Parts: sequence; C-alpha cells; structure tokens
Amino acid sequence: MSAGDCGKLLLLQAEIDGELDAAEAAALAEHRAGCPVCKRNEALLLAARQALRGATYHRAGPELLRAVATRIGAGGAAPQRRRTAVPWQGLIGFGAGAALAAAIVLTLLPFGRPQLVAALVDDHVRALQPGHLLDVVSTNQHTVKPWFDGRLDFAPPVKDLASSGFPLLGGRLDYVHGRSVAVLVYSRGKHLIELFVWPAKGTAGQPARSARDGYNIVHWTADGMSLSAVSDLEPAGLDQFAREWRQTP
Amino acid sequence: MRPVAIYSDLMGPDNVFAAIALPHLDAAFNLARWLTGSRADAEDVVQEAMVRALTYFPTYRGGSGRAWILQIVRNTAYGALKARRGERGAGHTGVDAAADIESIPDLADDPEKALILSDDLERMDALIASLPLELRETLVLRELEELSYREIAQITAAPIGTVMSRLWRARRMLTQAAAEGARR
Repeated sequence: MSAGDCGKLLLLQAEIDGELDAAEAAALAEHRAGCPVCKRNEALLLAARQALRGATYHRAGPELLRAVATRIGAGGAAPQRRRTAVPWQGLIGFGAGAALAAAIVLTLLPFGRPQLVAALVDDHVRALQPGHLLDVVSTNQHTVKPWFDGRLDFAPPVKDLASSGFPLLGGRLDYVHGRSVAVLVYSRGKHLIELFVWPAKGTAGQPARSARDGYNIVHWTADGMSLSAVSDLEPAGLDQFAREWRQTP
Repeated sequence: MRPVAIYSDLMGPDNVFAAIALPHLDAAFNLARWLTGSRADAEDVVQEAMVRALTYFPTYRGGSGRAWILQIVRNTAYGALKARRGERGAGHTGVDAAADIESIPDLADDPEKALILSDDLERMDALIASLPLELRETLVLRELEELSYREIAQITAAPIGTVMSRLWRARRMLTQAAAEGARR
C-alpha cells in the first residue's frame, strides 16, 4: 500500500460511480470519515468527472443511419422479409390476453401497418440528430398548441406537466407511415420523451407498454386520439409520464 | 401494465433486429469514433458491425442490447485498427501489466485545476484521445455511455477488477495531464 491508496481506492471510485449497495457504502463511509487519502482521491475523481463533462459525444449522422438501415433491411421501405403482413395474424398468436391485444390493435389500426413500433423508434432516433428535434421551441402549452393549428388536420392536446417533473420542451410535425402526426417533446432529467399524437377511432384504451431494452414505448388512446410515448427513460418513469398525462386535465 | 412482446409477433426478424440495434446507433458510433479516432473509419466500423450483429442475431439471448451491440462494435473496431497498424496488434499497450494502480507518477496535486478544462473542449478531447486504447475505451464506456462496470466488463472482455483499475488509471492520467496543462 502506498501514499496514494489507503486500500479503499477502488471502493471509493465504485461508490462515486454508483456501483455500491447500501451496506457496502455504509462500511466505506465509516472508513472515509477519518481518511485523508480518501478525501484527496475523492477530489481527484470528482475533478475528473467534471472535466469529462466537456468531452465530445460523437453522434451518428443521418447518412450513417440511412446506410445502416439499408444494409440491415430496415430502410423505412418495406422490410425484405416479413413473417406476416397481416397484423391480426400475429396478434392471434400471442397469448398476452385479449384486452391487451385489443388495445394494441386499436393503436395500430390507424396506420393499418405492422411496423409501427419500429417506425416510432426510428423516428425518435432520427429526431435526436442535431436540428431535428423541435419545430417549435417553447415550454408554454399555449404557444405550442396554436402552433399546430393549420399545420395538421386535427388539434392535438398539449399539456403542461412541468409540475409533475416532465417539462415541455416544444413540438414538431412528423411523418409516420404516410400520415402527419404531432410530436410533443418533454424532458425528464437528461432523458427526452416524445409523445406521438394522431387521431384514433374507437374508445379510450388502457396503456400498453412495449419495451426493447434501450427504448420503451407506452401506447394508449383517449379522447379520440392515439398517443405513443417513446423514450429511453426507464419503464417506471415512462409509466409515470403516461399516468400524469392521463390525469392532467 | 405488463410489457408486451409485440415486436416479434408483429414484425419479421429484420425489423426486430432494427428495433434493437438502431436505438444504439449513436452509442455504436461514439465508441467507434473514440476507438478509431476518425469519423470515416468509425462509419465503416459501425456499418460492418451492424451487418455482423444482424448475422449473429439468431444467437442473441436478450439482456442489454446496448452492451451486445457495443461488444460487436468494439471487436470490429479492434479488427480495423489491427488491419491499419499491421501485425503489431490493435494497440495492445500492455497497460495492465504495470505493477499496480500506483505506478503512475503523482502529479495531480491540484486536481481541481482540471476543472478549467471543462471550458476547453478540444483539449479535453485531445487528452482522452491520447490515453492508451484500453483506458480510453473503458473511460468512454463509463463516462459517455454511463454503462455499469458489469456491462463494460462484458464489452471489453475484461474482469470487473480490471475495469475498475483501468478506470482509475484513466481518470488519474487525465486529471494529471489536465493539471499539468493548466500549470503551463
């Protein structure tokens, strides 16, 4: 052991990286309280973290997204191999329950095409490219809502959820499966939540969640609108968003 | 609410793959860019890695899709680096062979000077780029991708203990270099 390490160095680092459980952290805290080496190493670790905030995150450009999508056969056009072109067929086969199936069908029907979820995720990813996210930048619902007037053949509901911890960032027009949709963009910490809104037939439907690791989607229908929230936020957080949205008048 | 596995039921295998892979395109590119140091090389690596991932997809058994994709990106990037540098190896710097985590000379008596660097983006990037490959990839996966030690261990095919000591070395070298730069 040397002057720079009191034996707890990597444990201290793990604590700062959020890798310790409560018991481990408590044991370390006891040691740390009286350890000058830990104090110094903590300063170094925090300085490193702070400095690294300035590091560049290199994002893929739209050309790369297009190139990759083409090469893996998901280039926005019809996929090369599809097990079924009929959404019903797939739904009948999966035993998650008739109610859930009905909710999904309601959500999917306006498009009448099965690749909706992939399309929404793709769209979300595309929107994260610089300059694509927002057409109207405003945290004020009374600015964002009128902005859609005359740009769409329907009036999307716009709600302010800032008091619930989901501030509105703005909105944009988007095109999903050949139809114009409204996209409302909210934030939660460093995560973005995009709410895709378009008119739906049928009555109100309970939220149904689909999740594929990185991205989560919650679909529901209400007041003649189909709503799909897409985000890399964790499922519980996205559920909460859907709940807050549905409860806010 | 329970998750509904509608992807595999409603879509063909290609679209399932796209739904898993495409959300991680930025992460894939960021890692490839930091490993290869060039935008053009990174784009080539990502394209090749995604095609490979599609080929391997039938063997994908769930778990973190991001870690799975990044593992393939990392291996592809190492292959590209090796091809670029000839048979000298893909930058195996032997950094882990150093005696212990204290072997780096201690110059960082003013770690807070590193703070100055957060205003100097280009220099921060240059410092990270100058780190040995193993330290760089570990640092990028932790600080830019915010992955867990376990995921980083999976991606870099290293034990968690090695991930931890690489992280420490990387941070220490960076802070030292920053403090030195600030002193000049």
